[in-house]
Amino acid sequence: MAKLFALTLIAIAIASAIPILMHTWDPPADISTHGPLIDKQMSETMVEAGLLFLAAQIILAIFVWKFSGRRKDAKIGRFPGGATGLVLAAFILVGAELLVLGVFGTKAWASVYFNPPSANAMPIQVQAGQFAFYFRYPGPDGKFGPLHPDQINEASQNVFGLDQTNDPDSKDDIVTAELAVPANREIYLLMHAKDVGHSFYVRELRVQQDFVPGLDLSIHFTATKTGRYEIVCTQLCGLGHYNMKAYLEVLSQEDFDNWLKQQAALQ
Amino acid sequence: MHDMSAHAAGQHHAPPQSFIRKHIFSLDHKVIGKQYYDLGLLAVLTGMVLSWLMRIHLAWPKFGIPGVGWLSKAGAPGGVITPEYYLSLMTMHGTLMVFFVLTNVPFAGFGNYFLPIQIGAEDMAFPRFNMMSFWTTFVAFLVLVSAFFVGGGPPLSGWTAYAPLSAVGAVAGPGQGAGQILWATAIGLFCIGQLLGSLNFITTTLDLRTKGMTLMRMPISTWAWFITSCMGLTAFAVLLPACVLLILDHVAGTSFFIPSNLVISDQLQPHSGGATLLWQHLFWFFGHPEVYIAIVPGIGIVSHILITNMRRPLLSHKVIIGSLGAISFLSYMVYGHHMFLSGMNPFTALVFSFPTLVITIPATIIVLIWIGSLYGSKLRINSASLFALGFISMFVSGGISGFFLAQPSIDIYLHATYFVVGHFHMVMGVAAIFGMFAGTYFWFPKMFGRMMNETLGKIHFWLTLVGTYCIFMPFHYLGFAGNVRRYSAFVNDYLQPLLPVHKFITIAALCTGAAQLIFLYNLIYSRFKGAPAPQNPWEGTSLEWTVPSPPPFDNFGGKHPVVYHDPYQYGVESSTGDYVMQDSPEQVKAVG
Amino acid sequence: MAATVHEPPKPETPEAPPRLGHSGGGWRDLVPTNENLHAVEDHSPEPASTGIWVGLAAITMSFAALTSALIVRQGGSTDWRHFTLPRILYFNTLVLLASSSTLELSRRRAASFISGVGSGLAKPVRWLYATLSLGLLFLAGQYMAWLQLKAEGLYLATNPSSSFFYILTAAHALHVMGGLGGLIYVIRRLSRSVLRQSTLDAASYYWHFMDILWLYLLWLLWMRL
Repeated sequence: MAKLFALTLIAIAIASAIPILMHTWDPPADISTHGPLIDKQMSETMVEAGLLFLAAQIILAIFVWKFSGRRKDAKIGRFPGGATGLVLAAFILVGAELLVLGVFGTKAWASVYFNPPSANAMPIQVQAGQFAFYFRYPGPDGKFGPLHPDQINEASQNVFGLDQTNDPDSKDDIVTAELAVPANREIYLLMHAKDVGHSFYVRELRVQQDFVPGLDLSIHFTATKTGRYEIVCTQLCGLGHYNMKAYLEVLSQEDFDNWLKQQAALQ
Repeated sequence: MHDMSAHAAGQHHAPPQSFIRKHIFSLDHKVIGKQYYDLGLLAVLTGMVLSWLMRIHLAWPKFGIPGVGWLSKAGAPGGVITPEYYLSLMTMHGTLMVFFVLTNVPFAGFGNYFLPIQIGAEDMAFPRFNMMSFWTTFVAFLVLVSAFFVGGGPPLSGWTAYAPLSAVGAVAGPGQGAGQILWATAIGLFCIGQLLGSLNFITTTLDLRTKGMTLMRMPISTWAWFITSCMGLTAFAVLLPACVLLILDHVAGTSFFIPSNLVISDQLQPHSGGATLLWQHLFWFFGHPEVYIAIVPGIGIVSHILITNMRRPLLSHKVIIGSLGAISFLSYMVYGHHMFLSGMNPFTALVFSFPTLVITIPATIIVLIWIGSLYGSKLRINSASLFALGFISMFVSGGISGFFLAQPSIDIYLHATYFVVGHFHMVMGVAAIFGMFAGTYFWFPKMFGRMMNETLGKIHFWLTLVGTYCIFMPFHYLGFAGNVRRYSAFVNDYLQPLLPVHKFITIAALCTGAAQLIFLYNLIYSRFKGAPAPQNPWEGTSLEWTVPSPPPFDNFGGKHPVVYHDPYQYGVESSTGDYVMQDSPEQVKAVG
Repeated sequence: MAATVHEPPKPETPEAPPRLGHSGGGWRDLVPTNENLHAVEDHSPEPASTGIWVGLAAITMSFAALTSALIVRQGGSTDWRHFTLPRILYFNTLVLLASSSTLELSRRRAASFISGVGSGLAKPVRWLYATLSLGLLFLAGQYMAWLQLKAEGLYLATNPSSSFFYILTAAHALHVMGGLGGLIYVIRRLSRSVLRQSTLDAASYYWHFMDILWLYLLWLLWMRL
């Protein structure tokens, strides 16, 4: 039975590793400027984690095989180095990993969060509410009009609660159901939660950030490849959570300008 | 001298006579331990069935599951689960499993039964508080389950119940009114039960050890229960006021967690000024120690069982205990790793990430000591030791995925995906459960005076080991692909190619679930028809093996054991064989 | 804490059975192997003495959680409305402090009686009744404070500041009621001369903690509200 245990464990370990080695379910290709650092972090972690995983399962299997069913008069052996050696090994192994992963991880995190958006980043506001994302562009005046929650009206499609009659800054705001951005241009995304907690996640962009009601949060990113990508909500927000999504369109500058003009005309 | 202590306040009590005193409102820690175990069994069966419903729905969304329509006409018309009911089932699954299974069985169940015996006491320090703690927990269970039967059904905000979704009331979704209030009440009651229990464990361990039972002579399982109760005392004491504040936001119009200007269904909500993140801070300050409360007893039980079956002590008793202490201490410093993307100051993410990575060190030490102790041992294979070894494998698997999540930059991609779900199911949903299985197979003979069927136990083990890997390893792959969690259906474009994986998982889950019937059958059959168990079937050294199977009412028959030895004197030459029991005056030379 | 000395067993007679309700406690000395269980001083505390500190630790954590909730709630938004604390709170504080003094008087007299000095249990019991009355007076005074706030239009949900006022005072009052229950238990047992010193001590520590907790809460409310 010990041999069966060992073989099963080794089989499970190898079977678990195969989809990883074959890249069967990898993250999608990255389309952001900060993504490569995150991806590098992930691969390094995967190598270390993978090696540790395989080593632990295989050694466990081997020891169970070797040291069961021994004769009654067999002697109890002591692992070379005893507890001290293992404690040192744990400190050194894990300590080294901590240093490597921790230090590099800080760089990746900092590149996303510790740099403010550049001066010419394009501001776009996104509002998350049960169960849709809506986006707002400031229009030619470059200013967002104030939000009036009491004037939100789904029926009349005033999802942001804008008062375009009385607020001059709101008059040229462009509200869309899609997030279109020009490629290679930094985007400054202002995040507003209408009702409960939500989250903004675009896998390819390596971006995820919660919307927190009551807090003005923002992120910034630069998309590098044109295409159509899914934005999904990742913070449980109610029964429509599974269906709360929008599309990110990364367009050439020219296509983006045309798109924005079209959207402005639809307001 | 005026001796006022003729009757100690509740510590010593006469043997019960009536049926009610013996089996229902019992002061005996052994009965209370079994009651916790049985309640945990009821909860895990319920939770498992809920998980089946969830998995079937995810794999075959249009399939009308027979019986569910009876449970809720609105939630599952014709047996087809609605999106809101899926989330309600998910919420109840998580709540039942984390609270009523993982906190109850390894800690309150086995701990109540065996901690007093392992330290040589005749009962817990406060038997009346002990009885109250179980019955409070039981009432909490009833209150929780009653949420199924109120209008709107159970809440849909998950076991984590994030505000404002959990705080604004029924306007946010079905189940968010009465259901959420019942949930918060149930959890609040649960906290009180746990606090009373922790009070007992700590006081008993410190004060009621028998002569010669120094702290370092306590078995590792006893240490694990003691350390867990220290965490329980502090963590549940924080969750309780949080639940009270949540209930007040519902019923009293306060705004602890609800900020201003929320608009739900075009209605401006009448709350203002509350702090959404406050709930997350309070919850996770409890929540992270809670998951260690779920695993530390398992580590203790598995160590105890492995040592007995390896016929040698671990390479270092002190290092294991120190590591358990370190893990528990660090567990209070890491809770922000659940909130990396929550809008907290990004600098705090690094502050929480560091101890999260550091906690790997004591966890690694424990695993290395286990594996290193296997070297040169004389391992015996039986159901208990198999599950203990399976625990090691699962703990490694689940712990390693933690590596990824501990780093905020990687969490940007993996947060709220199935990777997280895979991680915590591996450690809590499998490893901790393996600990419970191991404990059951190991201690059943002592508790019931009968042996469990070994063949059935081994079959149960193989099916469960392979089955749980088949269920939960793929969760990690789904996570790498970016499959978001807590979705009741997979409608996104990028999720379509992953549907076959979900079907595979569902089938594995149903098969593995069915395999648990073998365990259930074994458990019940052996209660009545199992072979009579000897006093010390595993040739163990700790004090539970010095008393009859099952032990008498006061454990040691009025005698008070005297302890002469460390808990794990194996690999020696003695009159009993290769081991000497803790209460034996025989002096032996240790071998190896 | 009572120190018990076990008489060394005489060789002819069997060892005297341990005192009822005390399973040896846990003397930490390594037991010699010549099986001569000679005189051992048992220093282990009575469970009630340990238990009370454990319980107080839990209560501290709960109020710490409420404190951080208050701080976060106040700092996170601009809607906090300050108000003056009802004056009766200060009177109530004195009442509670007085009750602690009467309790101490009772406890010390009972302790001397139990250890063989002291004249009787009548006085300690009377002081306990005094403590009980003062405790009830404290609760009545807290209720008056609530009525005062209501008269000013400050209810539970009026403002976060009033919310925390009610919650903190209510939580404290609930625990005080528990303490009153403990006092009643102690009075009944003391009157029948079946009380352990450790139980009386535990009840006293709990009550004094209610004092200290109240002083802390008063300071917190005064600072923040």
